[in-house]
Amino acid sequence: MKSLLSFKHGVHPPENKEITSGMKSRRFPFPKEIILPLSQHIGTPAKALVKVGDRVERGDVIAAAEGFISSAVHATAAGTVKSIELWPHPSGAMVPSIRITVDPNSTQMQRPRIVPRWQDVKEEDLSKEIAKAGIVGLGGAAFPSHVKLCPPKDQPIELLIINACECEPYLTSDHRTMLEQPHDVYEGIRIELKALGISRAVIGIECNKPDAIEMMEKTKPDDLDVEIQTLQVKYPQGAEKMLIKAVMDREVPSGGLPSAIGAMVQNVATTANVARVFKTGQPLIERIITVTGRGIRKPGNWVIPFGTKLRDVIEHCGGLTEDAEEIVFGGPMMGQGQANLDVPILKANGGILILSKDECKRQDIMPCIRCGKCLDACPIFLNPQLMGAMAKAERYEEMVEEAHLNDCMLCGCCSYVCPSNIPLSQLFIMSKTQLRKLAAS
Amino acid sequence: MTQSSVKITASPHVRSADSTVKIMWSVVISLIPVIASSIYYFGPSAILVILTCVAACLLTERLFGSTPGSVADGSAMITGLLLGLCLPPGFPLWMAFLGGFFGMAFGKIVFGGLGQNIFNPALVGRAFLQAAFPVAITTWPAKSQTWLSLQGDNFALPFMSPVVDTATAATPLGNLKFGDDPVVTPLADLFFGSTGGSIGETSALFILIGGLYLAWRGHLNWHIPLSIFVSTFVVSGLFYAIGISQFPPLFMLFSGGMMLGAFYMATDMVTSPVSNKGCWMFGFGIGFLTVIIRIWGGLPEGVMYSILLMNAMVPFINRASQPRLFGTSGKKKAKKEDAS
Repeated sequence: MKSLLSFKHGVHPPENKEITSGMKSRRFPFPKEIILPLSQHIGTPAKALVKVGDRVERGDVIAAAEGFISSAVHATAAGTVKSIELWPHPSGAMVPSIRITVDPNSTQMQRPRIVPRWQDVKEEDLSKEIAKAGIVGLGGAAFPSHVKLCPPKDQPIELLIINACECEPYLTSDHRTMLEQPHDVYEGIRIELKALGISRAVIGIECNKPDAIEMMEKTKPDDLDVEIQTLQVKYPQGAEKMLIKAVMDREVPSGGLPSAIGAMVQNVATTANVARVFKTGQPLIERIITVTGRGIRKPGNWVIPFGTKLRDVIEHCGGLTEDAEEIVFGGPMMGQGQANLDVPILKANGGILILSKDECKRQDIMPCIRCGKCLDACPIFLNPQLMGAMAKAERYEEMVEEAHLNDCMLCGCCSYVCPSNIPLSQLFIMSKTQLRKLAAS
Repeated sequence: MTQSSVKITASPHVRSADSTVKIMWSVVISLIPVIASSIYYFGPSAILVILTCVAACLLTERLFGSTPGSVADGSAMITGLLLGLCLPPGFPLWMAFLGGFFGMAFGKIVFGGLGQNIFNPALVGRAFLQAAFPVAITTWPAKSQTWLSLQGDNFALPFMSPVVDTATAATPLGNLKFGDDPVVTPLADLFFGSTGGSIGETSALFILIGGLYLAWRGHLNWHIPLSIFVSTFVVSGLFYAIGISQFPPLFMLFSGGMMLGAFYMATDMVTSPVSNKGCWMFGFGIGFLTVIIRIWGGLPEGVMYSILLMNAMVPFINRASQPRLFGTSGKKKAKKEDAS
């Protein structure tokens, strides 16, 4: 067997994917109320188009993109707009959100939407159709996809890389997407290739998903120049820079975009949703979400309409166990801890993870013993030990100039390996926030 | 289901099973074969010296350490064991106690405790003893008659020099350097430990077992011992080949404090460089200095001073061995001139 491709450093936490990887995704029942924040993506918040009392159907645009780097929001269930108010957001902030009382008598059919055949749309107009459907990157960052599909003109793209690594432990939503919607993935690749004006794609899948690799091989169209690349299981293999390094053996320049070396990465679930926009006219209103962890009684994969409250999801999945310790949106390495059960499920959210006490392994913080394990873990070769010491001394500017804080992607590998449990990535988040405050003042 | 039952923390929400306390105690466990073999060779004297050093270190940490609980983290225990292992078996206990106190207090606690010290505390203690009691620390009594008899005047009263009435014997290194009739001790004796020397330094085999165990657990950076061995072997081999030195390179590797120093003293995480590149510079320096001191120095042994000197260099090594940032050539970015 040839050795599998990967990148240097990184960590390999217990995968824990077997909890849900074999469970077919099921449709989640429509809740009584849905909450749709105007900001579910990176960029300017969308602008509300509806007012209190308006009747909306499933799939209607209720907020329009504001500027280029922004994304539209669609109603994910039929009902009546109850209010537009500040509501708790998974990020911890209060964000203007549209509250919709779901109509219990509606069949929840999507309002028919006329979408052209993608084959008939000009290359440069494809991204406009994708923008109209409110598609954002489903890998976690929620960057508007239409922006990504218009790379700088002076940096030609050679290769489209489909990110199917799903390197975060526990999560299986990308895994299920490949098993259940392989044809959508290939159709999406065709559309994205056309939008980029190139012909070649690679799908990167970690080798812990053999059934998904087999399914993708079996359903691969003969006329499409696409290769399935099996990758080593290692976190953060799904980080753009790491995936490009593994597949192309090229390094994205520090501070640059993947397009600088001719690469474009799209998440596999995003790609499947791009295909569905043209196939059914359905905008981005729901996705496969893994509800997992040893702190939830009935784990599973669900197609959940965005805006469903965390409270409703937990209730439907049997509730929390006695020893549930933490609720996280996303995976255990980069996910966001949740404090409020009223927060809605959003586009970027591939998983709801409820960790039990045993899984967290919380321990006391000890002094740094300079063991160097964080240097061996950092996938972009930073010196987290030094940066941690600088952060504690509040030498933030020095962290940027001497220690390259801006290159840190907060993947959490350093914190994961630290035997003294020093919250390194938390210190780095704090330092970045402090620097933003300093720049603003 | 109540809202207050869950906790909110920053990512990552899972942690590796490793912990500093676990690392420390696994170092202690890995020393068991070395300690057992030293007791086999040197009898009750070995037990007495090691226990005295451990007691001195634990007591000093408990009395003057940063937090009352810090004595349980295992680091003071390691310092005590290592200091005991690098002293002669017949060493007076009051001196050993003083060495343990000095190493902990002035090698570690004054710097701020665990993680803050520059020099390996056990070696600071030993360097202090070497300076204060140069005769006692280089007195190696000939092997005693029975296993139960002491190896020297362990019970000399405080502020009294030990009285050694038995014949003294030379260590392999001392013999080769200062002996009237220098012989190269056979490698097998050095490997299994049937020679004179400090309590825990005579058997390369048992130190290797402990060191490899730690390296396998990931609690020891194998770059350090390897680089020390490579540089010692190459540098001493060069001098031996051109006839300047009387020490064969393999003898250099297996004699004196080389094994214990390379696996247990130089690899102290706190006082060694953080990156693997830095560890190679560090290890090369230790090997080079050891060979120089052994050949030209006034002492038969040079591992201790080499490690202490290189400990002092660690901040500079760390600065010079910064990892290459992903997506760059590794050279320092040219400062933007037009930034003003």
